Amino acid sequence: MSAVQTTSAPDDTRRRGPLAEVVFSLLRSRTFLVGIAIVLFWVVCAFFGEHFAPYDPLADDIINALSPPSSEHWFGTDQIGRDVFSRVIVGSRDILTVAPLATLLATVAGTALGLLTGYFRGIVDDIVSRILEAFMAIPVVIVALLAIVALGTSKTTVIIVIGLSFAPIIARTVRSAVLAERELDYVAAAQLRHESAFHTMFVEILPNVIPPILVETTVRLGYAIFAVATLSFMGFGIQPPSPDWGLSISSNYGMIGGGFWWTVLFDALAIASLVIGVNLAADGVHGAFND
Amino acid sequence: MTEPAKAQSAKTRGTKTPNANARNALELNDLSVAYRVGGRDRAVLRNLSLTIGQGEAYGLVGESGCGKSTAALAVVRYLPRNGSISGGAIALDGQDVMKLDAEALRRARATSVSMVYQDPGKALNPSIRIGRQLTEIFELAGISGKAAEDRAIAMLNRVRISDPPSVMQRYPHQLSGGMQQRVAIAMALANDPTMLILDEPTTGLDATVEAEVLDLIAQLRQELSASILFISHNLAVVSHMCDRVGVLYAGMLVEEGPTEVVFNDPRHPYTVALLRCLPRGGQRKDQGRLDTIPGFLPGIGAVIKGCAFADRCALADERCRTELPPLYELSDERGARLSRCHHHDKAQALPRATPSEVATPPKPVAQPVLRVAGLNKTYASHGHPLRAVKDVSLDLRPGETLGLVGESGSGKTTFARLLLGLVPPDDGGTIELEGKALAPKLENRGDDQVKAMQIVFQNPDSALNRSHSIRHLLSRALKRLAGLSGKALETRLEDLVRSVRLTDRHLAVKPRQLSGGLKQRVAIARAFAGDPRIVVCDEPTSALDVSVQAAILNLLADLQAKEDVSYIFISHDLGVVRYLSDKIAVLYLGRIMELGPSEAVFSGPHHPYTEALLSAVPKLDQTGTTRIRLDGEIPSAVNPPSGCVFHTRCPRKIGPICEQQEPPLAEAQPGHAIRCHIPYDELARLQKASVAELA
Repeated sequence: MSAVQTTSAPDDTRRRGPLAEVVFSLLRSRTFLVGIAIVLFWVVCAFFGEHFAPYDPLADDIINALSPPSSEHWFGTDQIGRDVFSRVIVGSRDILTVAPLATLLATVAGTALGLLTGYFRGIVDDIVSRILEAFMAIPVVIVALLAIVALGTSKTTVIIVIGLSFAPIIARTVRSAVLAERELDYVAAAQLRHESAFHTMFVEILPNVIPPILVETTVRLGYAIFAVATLSFMGFGIQPPSPDWGLSISSNYGMIGGGFWWTVLFDALAIASLVIGVNLAADGVHGAFND
Repeated sequence: MTEPAKAQSAKTRGTKTPNANARNALELNDLSVAYRVGGRDRAVLRNLSLTIGQGEAYGLVGESGCGKSTAALAVVRYLPRNGSISGGAIALDGQDVMKLDAEALRRARATSVSMVYQDPGKALNPSIRIGRQLTEIFELAGISGKAAEDRAIAMLNRVRISDPPSVMQRYPHQLSGGMQQRVAIAMALANDPTMLILDEPTTGLDATVEAEVLDLIAQLRQELSASILFISHNLAVVSHMCDRVGVLYAGMLVEEGPTEVVFNDPRHPYTVALLRCLPRGGQRKDQGRLDTIPGFLPGIGAVIKGCAFADRCALADERCRTELPPLYELSDERGARLSRCHHHDKAQALPRATPSEVATPPKPVAQPVLRVAGLNKTYASHGHPLRAVKDVSLDLRPGETLGLVGESGSGKTTFARLLLGLVPPDDGGTIELEGKALAPKLENRGDDQVKAMQIVFQNPDSALNRSHSIRHLLSRALKRLAGLSGKALETRLEDLVRSVRLTDRHLAVKPRQLSGGLKQRVAIARAFAGDPRIVVCDEPTSALDVSVQAAILNLLADLQAKEDVSYIFISHDLGVVRYLSDKIAVLYLGRIMELGPSEAVFSGPHHPYTEALLSAVPKLDQTGTTRIRLDGEIPSAVNPPSGCVFHTRCPRKIGPICEQQEPPLAEAQPGHAIRCHIPYDELARLQKASVAELA
């Protein structure tokens, strides 16, 4: 036979790899760019906030307590005179460590569970899925309460609580993607090589379900931020004297009645903006993978 | 239908010459279409001109990617968002489509042009009853209520659907593929269009169903005035359906003329080469290799200086590479025809791209490599047993190919999966590989047994893991199946890649960067990694163009001659099966209806079902043929007919015995067994008689 088809078709639209394709499409998505800009702003604050915050966020100044926003204290001061602006800027640090780590834990655990249930199906799927559903039925707050009693309050506890609460949701997404992949012939081909279940799941199937996992992870990150803030507000999460947003709202919201709105509003806006930023970015990621 | 009926020639000769006075149904004049990809406009259609007369059927053929569907979409201005008409004119029934405003365009689409697409399942709304979808069309035309319903029923009658009122109540998924396509055709014809565009209307259908749909279209042509633009990659189908044919290559018309003339006396090397790629006239692997077309179709938007086909054409000279050939007029008494080739007079002297010679060493008669006895598979379907494979016994010798044929749902793929161990068979049957019994489940088979039986799947996109590079895919197969590693693996990898005619360059890329034919080569290489004894080929070429199909079939035949491997070859394309097979098993509802040497099964006398399958296939070599039509659909395997399972559709049913007693698979000739109550000699007489009747 001749040299049939030994040269590949001249088609330069194929040159870009799938990853580059996604990055390219992300960079063209206005939603993603706005979202990621907001998130990056807070990430910069978390890393370098103390260098450009006008005051020490922890330094009290009782004489100037509860002073309204002014040119000196842009966002005013709280009940022991700490500068609210500086606290908002530095306050992103804890939430931006705890929430991503919790999401990471949820993704890793959820992916493993999703692969197991989707690959083995049958009895394994029935048992694990029912347990996960039961787990999803318990409110995060109750899980948190139980965990704090058992493990004591710490950032690690918050990470574990949120991570494990979100894992079943990610597991469900991964499971449905795996169920579809499993029907493809490359899985049968792997079985015809006597590959182990572990190899088939993690080497053959996993790379093909990365897109839905990435989308789900970014979406979960938004919820995780919200959850961390909620737990801090309820006193289960990050502990004083951290300038954490949820914690600040919790310790100051009693003041709103007295007209000291600035002690709460700016922290609340910070949480909102970060959640919105993450969600916009998640939206962009979703769009890039589903175009 | 209970008797072999003589269907009239599919083509209606009366409408053959378009009325010169009438306006043409469709005129494309220098039409150019470009798609915007990666920020650049890329030409897909290049100055395409064609004319379809009133009542004429025009076929557009060519390999995938040459612009057939784009032409169809451009006619109704349905191009995708990144597509645009960059030049030329389209006139539908004398009306300039380019000048229509949105409203006029909508009206034209609603009243004068209709399209039928390849996949009827996608053209029908799955959640709306057939009746509602059909009446809606009449309601749009201003007919309402009972009148619209009556018209819908009349329409379904027209497409030969029995019991239309009950079909009206059903949802699309409750209809078979053939019925769905009839409904889609009914919808297309509802507003009595002047132009009907059929885009691969039978590509996804079984041969028997395809024959039915093609017959229907041919009959409708006599009743309706519609002109037809028929798009297909299947040359035989086009030769059967169309008055004139245009061959498209890289968005350019390269040859045009009356169908019979073009296919029997092609004047463009591309047409010549395409026709040579098809296994025809009972050609077999030991009689010679198929010809192939070297190289690739130019990518979309490629800059073409001379003749677009020059790079792949053995006749091309300097002039071909620099000067775009005009459409030479070659009209003679057989009709007007055009060829875009400087050397149209010697196009048929195109040298073969693939030498035909094969060295076939005489095969020593060896012990069977595979023996299957009493194999059954029963699935549970809503609590009822569904016998997907029933009592199959056969054997296969080294270096032999067993062809499995039958309509979809006949159990071909299930049988293959049983052999491979991907699905466990029912208790009782045995599968023996080289004299040793195989465990029913894959995980209980030894590594040696697993590597000895491999498969090439139908769809390489599904069979090759898209996340892995070709190197990874093949190395892994060599590691697991051949137990190689390190240097030895590298050496073997190189051999393997060369044996399927890929090069090192292909190793670094991912499957998506390869064309369909190259992907299938990778899949074949993977199956051959562990020196298998048996390779199951499950429709390995059904997704490929004919030129690529020819190359893959040649490759399979070469590998078989070299490695003495046996194939189990599943295909619905009987020409392909005939080319590669030494033995044929015809399956119907999971049962073997006929089993024998390939030549005996094809030349007959054969089982009435085989006879029907063979006659359903449109052939290039003959046009008006006697066709045996199978009525209705393959019965459900949950509730198979009593007696002979084929009696409900059998055109040669002899009487109550067929309904009461299942005939045995009796050996009619040494090695040739037929499951039929009609004695072999009687079958021979009947089938000879119907051939004589034809002549």
